[in-house]
Amino acid sequence: MNLRLAFHIAVTHLVTKKKQTVVAMMGVLFGISMFIIMISFMTGVNNFMEDMAMDGSPHVRIYNPLQVLDGSIIEKNSDDQNGWYVVHHQRPKNDLSKIRNALYLADEIEKMPGVKGVAPQVGTQVFFNNGPIQISGVISGIQVNKQKELFNLESKMDAGSLDDLLRSSDAIIIGKGLAKKTNVRVGDRVSVTTPAGNNLSLRIVGMFSYGLSSFDDAKSFASISTVQKLMMRDPSYITELHIKMEDYKEARALAKKLKKDLNVYAEDWETANSSLLAGDKIRNTMTGVISFTLLLVAGFGIYNIMNMNIINKMKDIAILKATGFQGNDIIAIFLLQSIIIGIIGGLSGVLAGYGGSTLLSITPFPEAEFFRLKTLPVNFNSMFYIMGLIFGVSTTLFAGYFPARRASKIDPVRIIRG
Amino acid sequence: MTVLKATNIIKYFHEPESFKVLDNVDFEVAQGEFLSIVGKSGCGKSTLLYILSTMDTDYDGELSIKGEKLTGSKQNQLARFRNKHLGFVFQFHFLLPEFTVLQNVMLPALKLKEYSNAEIESRAIEKLRMVEMDMHAKKTASKLSGGQQQRVAIARALINDPDVIMGDEPTGNLDKMNSQRVYEIFKQLTTINHQTIITVTHDPDFAKGSDRIIEMQDGRIVRA
Repeated sequence: MNLRLAFHIAVTHLVTKKKQTVVAMMGVLFGISMFIIMISFMTGVNNFMEDMAMDGSPHVRIYNPLQVLDGSIIEKNSDDQNGWYVVHHQRPKNDLSKIRNALYLADEIEKMPGVKGVAPQVGTQVFFNNGPIQISGVISGIQVNKQKELFNLESKMDAGSLDDLLRSSDAIIIGKGLAKKTNVRVGDRVSVTTPAGNNLSLRIVGMFSYGLSSFDDAKSFASISTVQKLMMRDPSYITELHIKMEDYKEARALAKKLKKDLNVYAEDWETANSSLLAGDKIRNTMTGVISFTLLLVAGFGIYNIMNMNIINKMKDIAILKATGFQGNDIIAIFLLQSIIIGIIGGLSGVLAGYGGSTLLSITPFPEAEFFRLKTLPVNFNSMFYIMGLIFGVSTTLFAGYFPARRASKIDPVRIIRG
Repeated sequence: MTVLKATNIIKYFHEPESFKVLDNVDFEVAQGEFLSIVGKSGCGKSTLLYILSTMDTDYDGELSIKGEKLTGSKQNQLARFRNKHLGFVFQFHFLLPEFTVLQNVMLPALKLKEYSNAEIESRAIEKLRMVEMDMHAKKTASKLSGGQQQRVAIARALINDPDVIMGDEPTGNLDKMNSQRVYEIFKQLTTINHQTIITVTHDPDFAKGSDRIIEMQDGRIVRA
């Protein structure tokens, strides 16, 4: 087999049938560029959703879940197995939500490999009083610097700054939705009541929005000491440790390790956001199916064009075979045409895909109340481009092979004799 | 010296119904011979030629060219054999329309790869000169007239210096003058180059000028 000669013939065929070649290349171009745009956009949306949920939530959260003890102490310590002692409806202990030695624990965890940082928090449910109406919400006492560094809260601020929390002991920042419900603005005072009945009047110094109504309608932040004061607790009272990982995929492993080694209750983000992840999976599957279909359609296009091409070239094939070209040579000639179409179409598809994605990424998104989104989210990942190119070229290879094999089987006598 | 030997060639057509096209055809061709096969339409002369050309392998009997038995060989082997030892000229000129005259002539030699590209090109021009087509070398094949295309096809058939050149009514589509020209080229090939020519023809003048005439009727040789 003489590849250079086959290549020469293939190129001549392509160049003389420009229109047909361009149409075939366009098929590949559209298939691959749509594939790239599709997958970039879909994963962009997925990442955006994930970020939206992840920014606010820690990778691993350590807290004491409220749990009712099974069996009472008196039952456990009694020799009497006949059940003379019965305690109905046992209540949990009062200070269950406190994490023991929390600040020491935080330091220790921070030293672990893969951990980016640990932010201690103290949180409680509260009522925001708006005249006669109480609106329930949550207040979290935070270490401002840690929170800024690890959870990107500053970027979610609509008004005011996190640093304002440090300036006075009665400062609070609240979610946008919560502010609307309680009808307050920055600078106003809001009266906060804990379930225990403690009351404090706090001044609103800022407002934030994550774009998630579950956050924005209920959450508020103050400094740790303010919340401790509100709850009338000592400075060692910490209810939650929020851990940020270097790589969020290691969260599950770390949560397991913490549970085992430190005997604390640790919840990783995968468990906490399982519904979000299910949505991710569904979107990814959809993206895969649609992308595959796009490439398949492009493949069928090439298959058709190559088939037509071979029917048009029957006479030429017969002549080539009569003058000594073998079946392999014929396959090479037509397969090379498909490969050239695939590569050129694929490369331009990659360019068009990049162009399309860029256009999409600068398309303004109508700013909704709760979406922190100015333009459409697009994920520029070089993997998609490589994948598109590989898929595109291999599809054309498949689509071209069968017609080429058919061409190699043409009986020259039948064509030449007419 | 015998260059081609056909022994008891029998061939059936099965479509639309079984029909014996060739019935025990048996003959030899010597080197340098100019042989014409004549006969009425449907007598099997073209069928015989395509069996001799090795392109049709569906027959009984035995065919050998240059002492090499070709019956039963694989397609790829036959293709290689055709490339090196056989040249074809068809009734309809069958050049590759997208390629230039020169490229058309060069293709079988590029396939054979016995010479470098530069040598092949100069050889191709030499063959074109022989058929007086060298001035059209750079033209696209589809731009030529019928007679010109046929002469290019002859040049292509000659490019690998084949032992046998086969023609299926090479003058069937040409006017008197072009036919005469083709005849002269063929005559020259047999006398000067000692190449063997086997043609199927309807043209009585063309047949008359050849060294030997085989006449066929109903699949048999009636006059050799």
